[in-house]
Amino acid sequence: MKKLSKSSRSSFVNYAIVIIFYIIFQTLVSAGKLSSSLSGQLIPICTYVIMALALNLVVGISGELSLGHAGFMSVGAFSGVVVATALQDVITLSPLRLILAIITGAVIAAIAGTIIGVPVLRLQGDYLAIVTLAFGEIIKNVMNCLYIGADSHGLHFSMKDGNSLNMETGGTVIINGPMGALGIKKISTFLSAIILVLIVLFIIQNLVNSRAGRAIKAIRDNRIAAESCGLNIMKYKMMAFVLSAAMAGAAGALYALNYSTVVPKKFDFNTSILILVFVVLGGIGNLRGSIIAAAILTVLPELLRQFQDYRMLVYAIVLILVMIITNNSKAKEVFGKTLAKIFKRPAKGQA
Amino acid sequence: MLNYLINGISLGSVYAIIALGYTMVYGIAKMLNFAHGDVIMIGGYVAFCTTSYLGWPVIPSVLVSIFVCMVLGIVIERLAYKPLRSATSLAVLITAIGVSYFLQNIALLIWTSNPKAFPNMVTLPSLVIGSLQISSVALVTIIANIVIMIVLTLFTSKTKMGKAMRAVSEDKDAARLMGINVDATISLTFAIGSGLAAIAGVLLCSAYPTLMPTTGAMPGIKAFTAAVFGGIGSIPGAMLGGILLGIIEIFGKAYISTQLSDAIVFSVLILILLVKPTGLLGKKINEKV
Amino acid sequence: MKRKLLAILLSTAMICSLTACGGTGSTGNTTDSTNDSTADNTVEENTADAGTDAGADNTADAGAENAGEGGSLTGTLKLGIIGPLTGGAALYGNAVDHGAQIAVEEINAVSSDFKIELNAQDDEHDAEKSVNAYNNLKDWSAQAIIGCVTTTPCVAVASEAYADRMFMLTPSASATSVTEGNDNVFQLCFSDPNQGSASAQYIDDNGLAENIAIIYNNSDAYSTGIYQTFQAKADELGMNVVSVTTFTDDTANDFSVQLTEAQNAEADLIFLPIYYTPASLIMQQAASMDYEVEMFGVDGMDGILSLEGFDTSLAEGVMLLTPFSADATDDLTSSFVSKFEGAHSETPSQFAADGYDCPYAIYEALKYYADNNGGLNVDGMSYEDICDILVSVFSDSNFSVDGVTGEGMTWTAAGEVNKAPKAVVIEDGVYVGL
Repeated sequence: MKKLSKSSRSSFVNYAIVIIFYIIFQTLVSAGKLSSSLSGQLIPICTYVIMALALNLVVGISGELSLGHAGFMSVGAFSGVVVATALQDVITLSPLRLILAIITGAVIAAIAGTIIGVPVLRLQGDYLAIVTLAFGEIIKNVMNCLYIGADSHGLHFSMKDGNSLNMETGGTVIINGPMGALGIKKISTFLSAIILVLIVLFIIQNLVNSRAGRAIKAIRDNRIAAESCGLNIMKYKMMAFVLSAAMAGAAGALYALNYSTVVPKKFDFNTSILILVFVVLGGIGNLRGSIIAAAILTVLPELLRQFQDYRMLVYAIVLILVMIITNNSKAKEVFGKTLAKIFKRPAKGQA
Repeated sequence: MLNYLINGISLGSVYAIIALGYTMVYGIAKMLNFAHGDVIMIGGYVAFCTTSYLGWPVIPSVLVSIFVCMVLGIVIERLAYKPLRSATSLAVLITAIGVSYFLQNIALLIWTSNPKAFPNMVTLPSLVIGSLQISSVALVTIIANIVIMIVLTLFTSKTKMGKAMRAVSEDKDAARLMGINVDATISLTFAIGSGLAAIAGVLLCSAYPTLMPTTGAMPGIKAFTAAVFGGIGSIPGAMLGGILLGIIEIFGKAYISTQLSDAIVFSVLILILLVKPTGLLGKKINEKV
Repeated sequence: MKRKLLAILLSTAMICSLTACGGTGSTGNTTDSTNDSTADNTVEENTADAGTDAGADNTADAGAENAGEGGSLTGTLKLGIIGPLTGGAALYGNAVDHGAQIAVEEINAVSSDFKIELNAQDDEHDAEKSVNAYNNLKDWSAQAIIGCVTTTPCVAVASEAYADRMFMLTPSASATSVTEGNDNVFQLCFSDPNQGSASAQYIDDNGLAENIAIIYNNSDAYSTGIYQTFQAKADELGMNVVSVTTFTDDTANDFSVQLTEAQNAEADLIFLPIYYTPASLIMQQAASMDYEVEMFGVDGMDGILSLEGFDTSLAEGVMLLTPFSADATDDLTSSFVSKFEGAHSETPSQFAADGYDCPYAIYEALKYYADNNGGLNVDGMSYEDICDILVSVFSDSNFSVDGVTGEGMTWTAAGEVNKAPKAVVIEDGVYVGL
C-alpha cells in the first residue's frame, strides 16, 4: 500500500470514525436494539458535530472567536423550513426537498455570513467576539418578529404580526414570529445527516491542507508576518468565516427538518456557547476532537437524567472538571496516575 | 422626551454597575467572567433572605451579601480559575460558563424556581422636579456608580495593592519577578469584583424586583456588552457604556420599535465598534511585530 | 496521545458520573426500579393470559377477565410528565410536577388495586430536549404522558406521540397547534383563541374600557398566540385598541416606555396576555408613574398574589380570566391547597392546579372505561392500547371530570377542554368572582 502523508492519513481516520459510527448505530436501530432515547438523538448529534466542525474552522483554524454561530444556524433553519414547506406540493420526493432545503439554508446563511463578516472581521480579539454575539442577538430578535406565509400568490412577509400577512384564506403561515415554524414535515434522516457530516468534513479537511488553508493558518499564527508576505488578510478570513456560516446554515436546515417545530429562541447565546464548548473541549483546531466532544456532550445530559433534580448541576461540575483536567498539567498528571491505578496498568507517562 | 432620558439613565445605571465588576475582573485577570451575572443573582438572594426571612435592616444585609459574594468570588477563583492560569483564554471562558451553570442550578435547588418579589431596599421618596420624576432607586444607583468609579480609579492608581493589580494586568511574569504575589492579587481582584456584584445585585433587584435563578444571566450579557462598548478594562468606560446602553435601549423602544429593541441596541454597538474598534474609552494597543 | 487522553478523560468522566449515582440518586429512583421489576413480571403474566384467551377483542378486555372483577380498575399505570424543571421556565414545570404528585398520592391512597407511578423528566423549555425527555420516558415504558407544560416543546413532542400513538394530556400548553391534527393530544387548559377572544368579548360585553392598550411578550409563543386572537376578536367587535407594545424575555425588566405609550394614548385598560412575573413589574412601574389604569390578565396572571414578597395592593383591581383560584372555598380546592402548602410551603399556582387535575382526569377516564367495559387491568398494556381507550373516553361527551380548575370539564374530539372561564377581580388581596 502506498504510504500516505500524515495529514491525509489523519483525514481518512476521521472519515472512518464517522462511517463506523453510522454503521454501528444503523445496525443497532434496524435490529431494534437501540433505546428510543439514543435513537432520537442521532440526527441532533450529527447537527452538533457539523456545528462544532464549522465553528472550529473559525475559532481553531482561522483563530477568531465567534459567539454568535447559532445565528447562522437559525438563518439556515428557517430558510430551509420555508423552502421545504413551500415546495411540499411541488416536489413530493422528500430527499430531494431535503437537499434543496439544506442547500438554500447554506446559501442564505452564507449571504448572512458575508454581510456580517465584512464589518466583524475588521475587529480583533474580544471586540470581534462581542460583535458576533451582537449579530447573534440581532438575528434572534429579527427572527422573533418575522412572519412568513404562503398562499397561491406566493410568499408573504411581515415584520408586525401574523394578522398583517394579508393572505387569502387557505394560505399557510410558515413562520409565525416567536411561535416559529409549526407543523414541519420531518424529512431529515440519519443517513442524510451522516452524508452531510462527511461532506463538511471533506470540505474542511481539503481546505486546511490546501494553499488557502495554509494561508488562513499563517494569518492566525502571525497576522503581521502574513500580511507582509503579501497575503490578502480579509480574503482568507472571509473565506473561512463565510464557509463556516454556510455549514452552520446547512446544519440548521437539517436540524429544523428533524422536528415538527422550531423557534427562534432555540438559537440563542446559550446555543452558540454550547457549540463553543464542544470546540474547546475537543481541542481548538482539532477536528476529530470536535466530532467526539460534540457527540459525547450531546448525549451526556441525557445520561445524567437519573440524577433528576441534580442533573444540570452534575453537568456543570463535569464540565468544569474536564476543563481543569485537560488544561492543567498537574491535574492531568494526578488524574493520569489515578487512572493507571484504577486500571492496574503502568502509567503511560505524560501526555 | 426628558422622561425617556431619565428612564434610560436609570436603566443604564444598573447596567453600568454590573459592567464595573466585569471590567474590573477583565482588566486585571484578562478573562471574560461569564459567571459574573450569576454572582449578582446570588448576591440578590442573600440580601433577600436576610431581609425577608431574618428581618434584618438594609445596611447589615447588604454588607452580609457583599461578604458572601466576596468569599464566593475567592472560592470560585481558587477552585475553578486558578488551575487554568496558564491555559488558553478560551479554556477559562468555558470554565466560567461551567461555573455559571453551576451557580444557577445551585440557586434553583436552594431557592426553588419560584420567583421572589424583592423588597425595595431604597425606601426614600423619589425626586420630583416639575413633571419629571426620578425614582430613589435610580438616584442611589447613579450615586453608587459614581462613588464606586472614583474609589476604584483611586484604588488602582494610588494604593500599593492597586498598583500591584495594574502590574499584574500588564505582565504577570514581570510582576512576579518584582516580588508581587500574583495569586493573591488576582484573588483580591475577584473579591472586589464579586463584592461589586453583590451591590449590583441589590440595586438591580430593587429597581426590577423579581428574583429568579436566571435573574443575573441577561443583565450579565447586557453589562458585558456595555463594558465592551465603553472599552473593556476601562473603569470610566464601563460606566459610560452602561449608561449609554440604557439610553439607547429606551430611545430605541420609544421611537423606533419595541419589538426590535434588542436589535437596535446591538446594531448601535456594532456601529460604534466599527468607528472606534476598541470601544469608547478603550486604549489602542499597538501591535508588536 | 493527547487525543487519546481526552477520550479516556471524557469516558471516565461519564463512568464516574454513572457510578456516583448510587450515592446521590434520590429515593425516587430506587422505588422506580423496584416497581419496574414488578411491572415487568405482571407484563409477562398478563400477556400469557391474553394469549390463552382467544376470544378477547383486545388486551384490555383480556386484562379485565384476568382480574375477574367486573367493572374494576386494576394494575399500575406508568405516567410520564414532561416539563421544564430547570432553566428560566422551571417554575411552571415544577408547579405541574408538584401538583401531579399530590394527585397521584391521593389516588394511590384511595384505590388499593390501582396505582399510578409518576416519572417527571426535564425539557428545559426546549423542543429538542423535550423530544429527548419523551424518548427517555418511552424507554421507561411510560403508558401515557402528562405534558408538555410549555407550548413549543409540546408541539414537537405531540407530533412524535401522534406517530407513536401515545396519549398526551397537556396541563398548560395552550396553543391550538398543540392539538391540531393530533387526535391523541388533549388540553386541560383553555386554548389561546379561547382565552384571547373570550377576554375581548368579556371586556366588550361589560363595557370595561374605551381605549385598550396591549403589552405582550413577543419572544413567547403563549403570549403572542393570545395577543393575535385577542386582536382579531377586538377588530371584529370594533374595539378601540390604541397602543400595542411588546417586550422580550431579554428586556423584561423595564416597561417605562410601554407604559408611557399607553398613558399617552389615554388607554384606560391594559390587556396583559403574559405571565405574572413580568406583570408584577408592570404593576409596580405603573404605580410608580402614578398611572391609574385597569389591568386585565389571562390565566398566566394567576400566581401574582402568591408571589413571595409582592405587595398585593399593587394588584388591586386587576381582572383576570382564570379557571382556578386558590382562595376558593369548595372542599376539593381547599384540601388541595392545604396539602400543597404543607408539602411545598407555598400557595399553588394555576399550573400546580392543572398538574393536579391531569392524573385525576386520566384516572377518571380509565375508571369510566372500566365501568362501561367490565373492568380494566392496565398492567403491561401497551401505550397504543391505553391511547385508544383514553382517546375514546375523552372524546365521549358523557365523560366529565370535576377538578380544581373547573367543574364538569368535558372535551371535544379535537382535544379542547370545555369549561367556563371564570372572570375574577382582585380585591383586598383575594380573588372575587365577577
